[in-house]
Amino acid sequence: MATPTERRLPQYRPDPDGTHPPLDYAPYRSTALRHPKQPLVLLPQMLTEVTGPLLGPGRLGEFDNDLTRQHAGEPQGQRIIVTGRLLDGDGRPIRDSLVEIWQANAGGRYRHTGDRWPSPLDPNFDGLGRTLTDSDGRYEFTTIKPGAYPWKNHDNAWRPAHIHFSVFGSAFTQRLVTQMYFPDDPLFSQDPIFNSIPDEKARQRMISRFDLDRTEEEWALAFQFDIVVRGREQSVFEDEEEDE
Amino acid sequence: MRLEGTPSQTVGPYLSIGLPWDDGPFVVPEGTEGAVWIRGGVYDGAGNPVPDAMIETWQADPNGGFDHPDDPRGKPGEPFRGFGRCPTDAEGQYRILTVLPGAVPDATGAPQARHIDVSVFARGLLNRVVTRIYFEDQDNAGDAVLASVPEERRDTLLAKKDGAGYRFDVRLQGEGETVFFAV
Repeated sequence: MATPTERRLPQYRPDPDGTHPPLDYAPYRSTALRHPKQPLVLLPQMLTEVTGPLLGPGRLGEFDNDLTRQHAGEPQGQRIIVTGRLLDGDGRPIRDSLVEIWQANAGGRYRHTGDRWPSPLDPNFDGLGRTLTDSDGRYEFTTIKPGAYPWKNHDNAWRPAHIHFSVFGSAFTQRLVTQMYFPDDPLFSQDPIFNSIPDEKARQRMISRFDLDRTEEEWALAFQFDIVVRGREQSVFEDEEEDE
Repeated sequence: MRLEGTPSQTVGPYLSIGLPWDDGPFVVPEGTEGAVWIRGGVYDGAGNPVPDAMIETWQADPNGGFDHPDDPRGKPGEPFRGFGRCPTDAEGQYRILTVLPGAVPDATGAPQARHIDVSVFARGLLNRVVTRIYFEDQDNAGDAVLASVPEERRDTLLAKKDGAGYRFDVRLQGEGETVFFAV
């Protein structure tokens, strides 16, 4: 028998079609052997799905939100400040929530054994950052603008400059890994990962905005990037008396 | 106010720069009573191991509770991270040290079988895929989610006893393809 408490579990509405990429997307070659061919089975949202890890300050080191200060020397490249808010689809800020980023250096090279293209590594740049959102859902990183890099997906393929973002939201249903791009990148048109998003407007939501107000004189440019995870369904079980 | 969602993108080949944590695979510390290793591999449609994937797990504590404000039954007794994360190694293998979750009620209040929710991320996956771990030696009868899966595919959701722990392989495509869920 259903109990009233069980009935008040939040439910998270799916994003509209076209918001997320298909798992099978031939222009991005690596999807070929990695996309499931069987239909997905609907998983009703129960307690395991509407809760999620609350990963707190214990995860952070001193310079985790400033990728330019993780070594004795300064990294090469253009210093940038990246700010934004983590929100759900109803505009609720998601506070005290872990945001993780990783990226290439100014020359477009990752500090990773698998990245062998002949652009130099920067001894003063690791390319990883973490922070927590504040009570208003805001986050901030100081980093270096990443460079574009080649990746052999197709002839003369280059990834547009991007920063990888990982956010948890407050429920398993809201877990999201995405990429932040930069305005007016000439490489968008040939990039299948960027273009895997079917809806043109959704694609544009991955592009950060140049933020003159947050630049720092003689120091850093600034870009603004809000991240929106799934909002809550209006529950059919809503207790109207309680709302009034 | 309605806001439009941010699209998902692949974690790419270099997720191991930013995402792994030293204690990521340890949902519980070593030495915890009842702790078991869940080990497995992630495989592609050609049966090859995927060395640039990452597994994340989310589960209830041994009493079936979640340390989360949306669990209406109140907080469990002990803080419990409930979350595990492990990138795959060069052989496509991952491992998670955890304790079996307790029973969690479904929407009608009926107990579900013990389960762990799983996210799989990888280069070549433009969005995560979601699956569930059940345990072959537990009582899985009457679990509504398992019952909703075609019978011949349910086996892909069962972690198999393997020494003192369990083995749970993820097959992204092809023969024995793991059941993935839309959540």
